[in-house]
Formats: sequence, C-alpha cells, structure tokens
Amino acid sequence: MGAQPASDAPRQHGQHDAAVVIDNLAKYFGQVQALRGLSASIRYGRLTGLVGPDGAGKTTLMRIMTGLLVPDAGRVTLAGFDVVKDNDAIHVASGYMPQRFGLYEDLSVLENMRLYARLRGMDAEHNAELFDELLEFTRLRPFTARLAGKLSGGMKQKLGLACALMARPKVLLLDEPGVGVDPVSRQDLWRMVQALTDEGMAVVWSTAYLDEAERCESVLLLNQGQLLFDGPPQELTAQLEGRSFRLENVGAERRALLTEALDLPSVSDGVIQGAGVRVVLRAGEGTEQVQALADRAHVELAPVPARFEDAFIDLLGGGPGGTSTLAERLPPVELGSDIAVSCQNLTKRFGAFTATDHVSFEVHKGEIFGLLGPNGAGKSTTFKMLCGLLKPSAGEAHVVGLDLRRATGAAKSRLGYMAQKFSLYGLLSVRQNLEFSAGVYGLEGDTRRERIEEMIATFDLGDWLCATPDSLPLGHKQRLALACSLMHRPPVLFLDEPTSGVDPITRREFWTHINGLARKGVTIMVTTHFMDEAEYCDRVAMLSRARLVALDTPDALKRMTASAQRPDPTMEDAFIQLVEAAERETAAAA
Amino acid sequence: MSNAILSFTRLRAQFVKEVLSILRDPRSRMVVFVPPILQLLVFAFAATLEVRNVDIAVYNQDAGRWSHELMQRLDSARFISHVHLVDSQRRLHELIDRGEVIAALAIPADFSRTIAAGDSGRAQVLVDGRRSNSGQITVAYLSTIAAEVGAGITPDAQAPTPVTVRHWFNPNLVYRWFIVPGLTGILALFSALLITSLSIARERELGTFDQLLVSPTSTPEIIISKSLPALAIGTLLGLLMISAGVFAFGIPFTGSFALLLASLVLFILSVVGIGLMISAVSATQQQAILGAFAIGVPAVLMSGFATPVENMPTALQWLAQAIPLTHFLVIVEGTFLKAMPAADILANAWPLAVIALVTLTLATLLVRSRLQ
Amino acid sequence: MNAAMRKPDDGALPTGSRRFDGRRLMALVVKESHQALRDPSTLLIAFVLPVVLLLLFAYAVSLDAKQVRMGVVLESPGASAQSLAAAFAGTRFLDAHFAHDRREVAGQLVSGALRGYVVIPQDFEQRLAQRGREPLVQIITDGSYPNTANYVENYARGVVQSWRAGRSAAPAPAIALEPRYWFNPELESRRALIPGAIAIIMTIIGTMLTALVVAREWERGTMEAILSTPASVAEILIGKLLPYFVLGMLSTLGAVALAVFVFGVPLRGSLAALLLVSAVFMVPALGQGLLISSLARNQFLAAQIALFTGFLPAFMLSGFLYEIDAMPAPIRAMTRLVPARYFVDSLKTVFLAGDIWAVFVPNLLAMTAIGAVFFLLAKRATRKNPE
Repeated sequence: MGAQPASDAPRQHGQHDAAVVIDNLAKYFGQVQALRGLSASIRYGRLTGLVGPDGAGKTTLMRIMTGLLVPDAGRVTLAGFDVVKDNDAIHVASGYMPQRFGLYEDLSVLENMRLYARLRGMDAEHNAELFDELLEFTRLRPFTARLAGKLSGGMKQKLGLACALMARPKVLLLDEPGVGVDPVSRQDLWRMVQALTDEGMAVVWSTAYLDEAERCESVLLLNQGQLLFDGPPQELTAQLEGRSFRLENVGAERRALLTEALDLPSVSDGVIQGAGVRVVLRAGEGTEQVQALADRAHVELAPVPARFEDAFIDLLGGGPGGTSTLAERLPPVELGSDIAVSCQNLTKRFGAFTATDHVSFEVHKGEIFGLLGPNGAGKSTTFKMLCGLLKPSAGEAHVVGLDLRRATGAAKSRLGYMAQKFSLYGLLSVRQNLEFSAGVYGLEGDTRRERIEEMIATFDLGDWLCATPDSLPLGHKQRLALACSLMHRPPVLFLDEPTSGVDPITRREFWTHINGLARKGVTIMVTTHFMDEAEYCDRVAMLSRARLVALDTPDALKRMTASAQRPDPTMEDAFIQLVEAAERETAAAA
Repeated sequence: MSNAILSFTRLRAQFVKEVLSILRDPRSRMVVFVPPILQLLVFAFAATLEVRNVDIAVYNQDAGRWSHELMQRLDSARFISHVHLVDSQRRLHELIDRGEVIAALAIPADFSRTIAAGDSGRAQVLVDGRRSNSGQITVAYLSTIAAEVGAGITPDAQAPTPVTVRHWFNPNLVYRWFIVPGLTGILALFSALLITSLSIARERELGTFDQLLVSPTSTPEIIISKSLPALAIGTLLGLLMISAGVFAFGIPFTGSFALLLASLVLFILSVVGIGLMISAVSATQQQAILGAFAIGVPAVLMSGFATPVENMPTALQWLAQAIPLTHFLVIVEGTFLKAMPAADILANAWPLAVIALVTLTLATLLVRSRLQ
Repeated sequence: MNAAMRKPDDGALPTGSRRFDGRRLMALVVKESHQALRDPSTLLIAFVLPVVLLLLFAYAVSLDAKQVRMGVVLESPGASAQSLAAAFAGTRFLDAHFAHDRREVAGQLVSGALRGYVVIPQDFEQRLAQRGREPLVQIITDGSYPNTANYVENYARGVVQSWRAGRSAAPAPAIALEPRYWFNPELESRRALIPGAIAIIMTIIGTMLTALVVAREWERGTMEAILSTPASVAEILIGKLLPYFVLGMLSTLGAVALAVFVFGVPLRGSLAALLLVSAVFMVPALGQGLLISSLARNQFLAAQIALFTGFLPAFMLSGFLYEIDAMPAPIRAMTRLVPARYFVDSLKTVFLAGDIWAVFVPNLLAMTAIGAVFFLLAKRATRKNPE
C-alpha cells in the first residue's frame, strides 16, 4: 500500500505515489558544480538505488533530500514537503542514516536507540513494543548493553538503520549502508529493507556496489552531477545482452589473459572470476578478437548473462586498460623461499575471549590470498597479527621468513600495509604524505626522489600535490594510500578492506595494479567483504568464530557448496553456506 | 634500508610530519605562537601583588589638627586612588561590605586631644578580609603614613625601626622582574604539554598510528620524533619570551645565556616526557587534553610560582621536586636577576635531566605496552 | 512486520515539530550524561581536580609565609647581640640559620637556599648605646622574589622591634592604628583563595569541556545525524549544555562541602545565594565553550583557544590571586570582559561576608550580559545547515 503525503501539503506533479520529487536541482560548492539540473522522482513502496562513481553527487543529493543542505537552484519535495520551506517537517517525515553511522560510540545499543526514539518524539509507552520489534528485526537483542563502538561493522549498520527507523519515517535515506558489512549481515539488511518497502515506505539506498544496485527495484544513476539513467536496473542491463562472455577455466594464466583482453580494442571491460576471465565487448563489436585470444590460450569462450555492472561501466565509457604502469616499473620480487607469509597455530586471546583460535596457513610468493569471514570472526585480529600490529598469545607468524616477534624492524620493512580508512595524515598535503612514507621506510636521496615522482606519475596525483588528503575524491585517496604503502617496494602487501566505498571503475584500476604486482611476484594479503573482490584471489581462507573453516580457491569453495537447489552458487552463496555450516557444527559440538 | 633501532632517514621523515601537523595549518600556527606572547604582555602587567589604585574610606569625627594632617597625607598617598569621606559608622561598614573600599579609617572625636595630652592617638582601621593579602599590605602602608605623621609630633623620638633594609637583585622590588621570567616557564610548559599530549592520542583517534606501527620505525623513534618538534616549538617560544623580558620589559639579564638555554631545553624536554606519557595512556584527544590540565594546573600551583615551595608541607615539597617547573623557575629567576653561577644552575638542572629521562623512558614503555 | 511501523501516515505526524519539545531535550540530556559519566577524564576534571586544587590551596599555595629560611650573621660577640640572635631563632615565622661571616650567606642567597639575612654588626653594642643614631642591624633580602622579600623585611623588622621593646620601655607612638580584619580575622589566605579554586574548576568544566565535547561531535560526524532528526538547534545546544551545567554545579557543591567541612572555611552567606551566583556564572562559561567549538570544529584548536581565552584569564585576571586594582588601566578594562572576575568577587563575598546583594546584583548582571553575547555569537555560528 502506498502512503499518502500529508493532506495539507502541496502535491507535486499530481503523482500520488511520488515520495520524493526532484526538480531541476543544482548545487555548487565554490567553483565545483556537484549537481547540475537534476530531475527525478522516487516512489513509495519501492527500493530505489542511488548509484554512480565517486563525486557523482550521491551524498550531496542525499543531504539535500534530508534538508541538511540548501540547493542553489531547483526544488525538492519529500513526502509533499519542500525541503527548504518545510524544513522542519522534512526531519519528521524522513529517516536518514549517514555514511559514518551517526552513532554515539560511547553509548550502548539501547541508549542509542532510546536517544533517537525520543528525538523523533516517540511516546515512552509505545517504545517498549517498537523496541522489541526493532531488536528482533535487527537481531541486536543479545547486544543491547554493548557499547556501539564495540560493535562490528555490520551490527553498527543495523543499529544505524534501527535508529533511522524510529517513528516510522515515510522516506528512509541510507547513505552507503553496505560498506564494511559482511554478506551474512548484508542479507539481513536486505531482508529488513524489503520488509519496509513492502509496507509502503520509500527507501533510497546509495551505493558504489552494483550487485547491490541490481537488487533495487529502481535505480538513479548519477555521473558528474547529472542523471544518466532512471528506471529498473534490468532495463539498463537488457541493453547489454549478448555482449558478456567468459573465458572458462583459464587457471594460473588468468591475470595475463585479463591484461591482454583489456588491451583489445573490442573489449570495454573485464574482471577475474575465480579461474575464469569475464569480458564485456564494446557496443557493435564482434567476438572475433576475444575468440582469437581464447584459441591462443586454448580455453573456451562462453556467453554469460549481462550484469548491471557491465551496463554501468559501459555507460561510463568502459573500464580502464589492463596494463599496470606501476607493476611495469617494478623489478620481479626475489625471495629466498617460495613461502612469503606463514602462520602456525596463531592464537590471540583477549581475556577470556579468543579472537583467533589456532589458525595455520602458508601463502606462496606472488599469490593473492584472501581472508574472509563475517564481522567479528577474527579476520582483523588475524590480519593484525600477521602484519605485526598485535602480538599473538600463542603460535607464530612469519613474513618473508622473519619472525614478527623478534625481527620486527626487518620484517616490517618488507611489508606494505594499506588500512581500511586509508589512514593518511589529513593535516599534511598529498606530496608531504608521500614524502613521509618514503622517509619512514628509510628511502634516501635519489631513490627517494625517483620513487615519489614515479608514484605521482603512476597514480596521476600531479594535480593534487598541494591538496590535503581529506579534500581528495575517494578514488584518489585510495590511490594515494596505495602509493604510500608501495613506496618501499615491499615483497608482501597487506590490504585491509581496500576498496570500501570506492566506485567500480576505480576498483578495476586498483585491481589492475594488484594483478600486475602479483605477476611480478608480490604477495598480496587482502581482507574484504565484497565477493567480487574475493574472486580475484588465488586462494581464500574463510574464518568463522575465530577458527579457519575453509581454505581453497574461490572456484573450489563454490563447488564445495553446490547443491541440488543451487548447482552454480555465487561466491556470496558459498560464503553464507560455509559460515552457516560452521555455526551449525559449533552448535552441535556444544 | 636500515633496520637499526634509530635511522636518521626515518626520524627525519617523522620529524617533518610532526612539524607539519602542528604548523601547516595557518590557524594552528597562529594558535601556537600568538596567544602565549600576548598572554605574556598582558599578564606581566596583571600579575602583581603590589597594592595600587585602591579606595579608602574615612569617618573623621575629630576636628583637630592631627586628624587633618593625617587626612592630607592620605590624600596625597600614591597607592590610594580615592578617599571617600563618610559621616557615619554605618556608611563605613556599608562601603567595606560592598567591596568599594579596601580599608576604612575611623578617627574618634578625641583623637587630636589625646595626642596633645601626650598619649597615643588611636584610630581604628577596618580592613576587607576578603582581600587578605592586599589588606595586610594596605595596613602596612597606612602604618607608615601614621608613623610619618607621628614623627612630626614628637621629632626627637627615635626612628621607628632601627634597621636598614636592602633588597638584593631587585632593589625596588619590581614585581614584574619576578613575574615575567616565571611566566616564560609557565606558558612554555602549557604549550609543550598540550602539543605533546595530543600527538599520540590524535594519531590513535584518526587511525594513522597503526600505519606508523606497521612501518619499520621503532618505538624510540616514534617518541623522539614526537619530542623534537614540541621541544623546538617550546624552546623557541621560551626564547621569544625571554627576549621580550629583556628587550620589551627591560629586565636586567645578569647570568649566562648559554646555561639558561641549556636549562630551557632540558626543562621543555622533561615537560614533553610528561605530555607523551599522558598521550600514551589516553584513548581519545579529550582525555589527553583534560589529562594535561589535571597534571598541568596543580604543577604550576606547586612550582613555587604563586608561593614559595618552602611554605608547603614537607611531603608536598618532595612532590614539588618532581615538577620540572620548580627547578626551571629557580634557574630562570636566578639567571635573570642573580647572575647565578654555573654550580647553582647545575644543581637545579640535573633534576630536570632525571625527570626528562624517566618520563621519556616511561612514555616509550607505555607506547610499547599498548601494542600488546 | 509490525503495527508501529506499518502505518507511516497515521496522522500522528506532528506539525510545527520544531517547537521546543521537553522529551527530545531530555533524551539529549540523558545521552550527554551517559557519555560524560562514562569518560574517566570527565570525572577526573569534575571531581578529582577540585579536591586536588582545594588541598593545594589549603596546604600548598599559601600566601602567608611560614618558616621562611633566613640567615642570621652574628658578627658581634656581645651579650645583647646574642639575645637578638636568640630572638630570631625564637620566632615561628622564620627559620633562622646562623653564621658568623656575611660572605658565608651571600652565596646561599644566590642559590635560593636563603630568602634573606640579617647582619648583627661587630659594633652592635656601641650602636645600641648610641640609641638610634645609626641603624642597629642590616636586613638583606632576595629581591628576585619580591613577595617573599617583603615578608622577610616585615618579620625581621618586627623581631628587632619587639626585641627592643622588651629591653627598654620605648615611648608609645604618637599615632597608633588598630587594624581589624573583617570577614577573615585570622587572615588565612586559603579563605580568599578557595573561591578562586572554584572559579577555575567551573571555567574548565564550563568552557574547556564544553568546547571539547561539541568539537568532538563535529569531528566524529554525529552532529550531522542529530541535525537530521526533528530536534531543533536550541534543543541540541541546550541538551549539550545542561549536563555540563549540572556537572559544574555538582562539582561546585562538592568543593563547597569540602571547603566548609574539611578546611573550615566559613560560609557566611546563604547556600541559595552561592548556588545562584554559580548558576549564573555557568551562562558565560558555557556560552564561551560553545562559541569556541563552533568556531574551531577540531579538538586541538578548541583546547588551545579555551586555554588562552578561558582558563588563563580566569587564573590571572579574575582577581583571586592578583589584585585587579593594582593593574594598569587598559588591563583593568580587559578584566571587565572576564566573567570569572565577577564570579570570584561574588564568591568571596558569599563565603566570607554574607549575602550582600549590592555586590551580587551588578556581578550577576555583568555575567548574564557577557553570557548573552557569547550565546548570540554561538547561535550565529551554528546553523542548522552545515555548509
């Protein structure tokens, strides 16, 4: 059932089911035009995806819709209220979940919920009932007393959602709710949002991840402040039919093959999927070049259904090329042994709580090794022990053969680390950040100058040298963080959720570099919540409840979880299956 | 690439980073240097225990010669800005109550008659005890005036105090000569303390500390690179204020500049150590700042700046020895006014070195223990 | 899913929702209180620092000199010289160190081991016989500590005078002043200093802490989440300030209880007047904190600005340690902008003198006026639209 705008409010365009009407909207930040003449409408009872590359104006649009920003031209009405004139009513009719949660980390789950309930004028007597429902809904009931700062990323997002849902907003605005959330929690989020739209609420979900967009009923695709597409995602995907193919079972050579494929003039986009390489042809191009490539590599070329992501990349003019200028300059990595990273019975206890429980594995030189697991499974703890940020309670960890507990300095100079939030010095300029990381890894004189210039050229940072990292677009920020962590040419690179919130084009560029580095023999350790990134890995370690539950290639993991109902599971399906199986086992053992 | 505990390249990179973090932003550059200098200029004139510009009330019931004489002297006294003449005891009390006068003189009707009879003329002085220190000084000034008038009555009487007094180092007891060198220490202390106490806490809050910990840099390098910029800024600030003392306030500088500079560096270093300890145990910037205050304010109070250390109970005197400012105050006052010889400076400088060594070592250990 | 959420439009939508709403305000207050009480640093500042400061003012920072180290150079072997030296040894205000040569003590004056010395010269007995033609003794002080030098001079003079008075009946002075110290007859400086301690604590809580917590909210992005709710700017700001107001008042009450019951400072005025004065002082203190944080949405800047515009002026320019009357005219004018000045003045009166409304009323008005200006400026700086 579609909700009606309040009767006393002016109606727009006579659209009874329009929750938000955007009319010729423009917004400037100084010289930068964030939104240019945008017009669209968002309907009740629907999940609307807001997608686009970084800097497309997604967050600006969100903030205007919630009445936190005033547009420079045009108008927006939400639930029939003008966001400028009826600003007060907007805050009642809408629920907003900002990117950074907006939770108070030093308040407990229940205290956060109470705060937002009262701020939205909820009656105390109704609270109990609603709280029960929301706690049930978000599965946060066991954690009501826990401080929000101690929650995992997924639980934070669910709590943020619960807070935004207080007092039944008519329009729910979610700014990148999927960032930092594992597939299991993401499933919960989808389920929650589905239930809400079924009841007539309008939900806007802004995202840089296109598998999320594909699940929306309608999509607004923004680029450079303009609307490129407005409609169901399938409509856009349909235009790409017959242009997506997969080179099957390429195996070890898949990275080289992807590079070659991307350098073909007829190919607009390509990614690695397990042992295969998925390519998208440019409009009007035939399969001849790709077929020739497949023949040369003695692999099969099979047509696959188009995805929304293919259409997105195509609409934005195709992905980046396949050659990493960075990796080209890099000399091949020489290591004494074939084992780059290893751990034996790695264990970490915090008091009575065991975060990592006897985890052992070995990572080979030049391998891309993924560390996956639900929020709170011990992924970060294991990762931190491997790069020397935490001392293991028991067991050993070696990087390039060096024990992290003894030869700390030596081991640390052989590894590069890129943190989740990119961890750049906001008070320093881009050049100063580069100079700092060169210096802190002991680079001197000409080497230092050359490396810095090389990074600036490779990552195209020349125009931004005097800017502060905080003022950079997310994609550039990521490039800078990668540049900083590669300055000393480490043989082992640790990436902690490296592409959180980064748009698909930048992500492809990032993986082009990573693939190039791996081909030169750099070992890559990566944690991620996004399954298309897991597909890039040679092998994936699955952690659940502090223990290693599976370790194999992505394709093998998918095969492992195949069933009669689901003969060809996605990586996401495999993830959920493995986690649930592990939990059932633990429950059975207990 | 060096894997030694200390590498010059790594240190330089971190040093530059720390300096830029503090000084790259023009707002914080201003906030670091301008307010301390301004405060020095203002407080140098504000902080005085002298008594000046006070108001006095007089209820004179005597029409005789000696009360008239006394009144004239009061009118021309330099420390009094206004004499209120009142006509009742009640009004006298009122002025004291309201704090409009610091002292009130009640001259009885038989004042001149008693003096003429060869007795002591007694006058009552009511003093506002809320201003106990200034009140006592006012009474001392008034007594001097009374004695001067008295000397005119019985000229052959002997001098009231058969002593000569000489104030060494500061013959006219100019309070500013004391306060400016002292403020130099206090303001440099607060600046250095705030800068360092925030340094680790801020990186921890913003996540860059992990980035630093995965690099080959060692904990001593982190501590050194965080100490040096604060040391440089604190020393520079101290030098600026010392030169202001010499050139702007014209305070005699009699001692050795080199020794003072060395002591200043040691002093700031020991403060930096305390700041880094606070920073290492703080989880947030708020905790770091409030921690710095909870340490800094009592430290200033106990340092001997406000009141001499020897006035305090023995236990607190011992505690005061652990405060860098206590030792630095002795050195800076001594170097300015007393031409303090090297041996005396050394006697106060070695505790600074010990405090610096202990606090910096503890800070290193605290950062390391946080690594688990 | 559920009844409460199923009907997004059940007519319950409050129009004119930005009208002041007590429940929303309470929610913000509860939230802020939880945060404040959970952070050990807040408790440290509100409850530990006051105790430390009061202890220090009671025992350490005393303007009453006691046991000042003083040298007595006895150059004369005569009996009267000996008895004068004994008089110096006998006073409880001085800690006499004896020597026979002035060169011995001069160095100690430089090193700070002595604050002054008195020389009883070789020809002391002769001078005594001459009855005052030439000074009997010489007093040398360390002028680099002017305040202590004054005490040394006064006490040494006093010792010599009473020693002489004890030997021969000197004629009574022609004019004798009889000082009576009102409000504080024992002349304990701690009684005058404790109000200052309270003012400093209230300034730290009101200005410093408030500036920090508001700056933190901007830094962490929670301000944006709160601004997107129906709560109005006034509710948000009051919700932010009220807990620190209460914290400041609690801290004051604790400090007062400690001062009265442990340190024996009299409270001659009424508790109600004291609370009123403290409550009104919180207006400019909180206003200043709010203004600072809305200008500098970064904790480092906020702390530095609060230090130099709030804390140090409260320490130096409020008149609790240094007499405002003695300052030069431009600085005296400047102190009129320091709210702590009016607070210290009122506190001293309420503690030591009583309820004198002639003192309170102008001070209350001044604090309210300064506070109002701060709040107006802060409201201008905090807009609903954070652009």
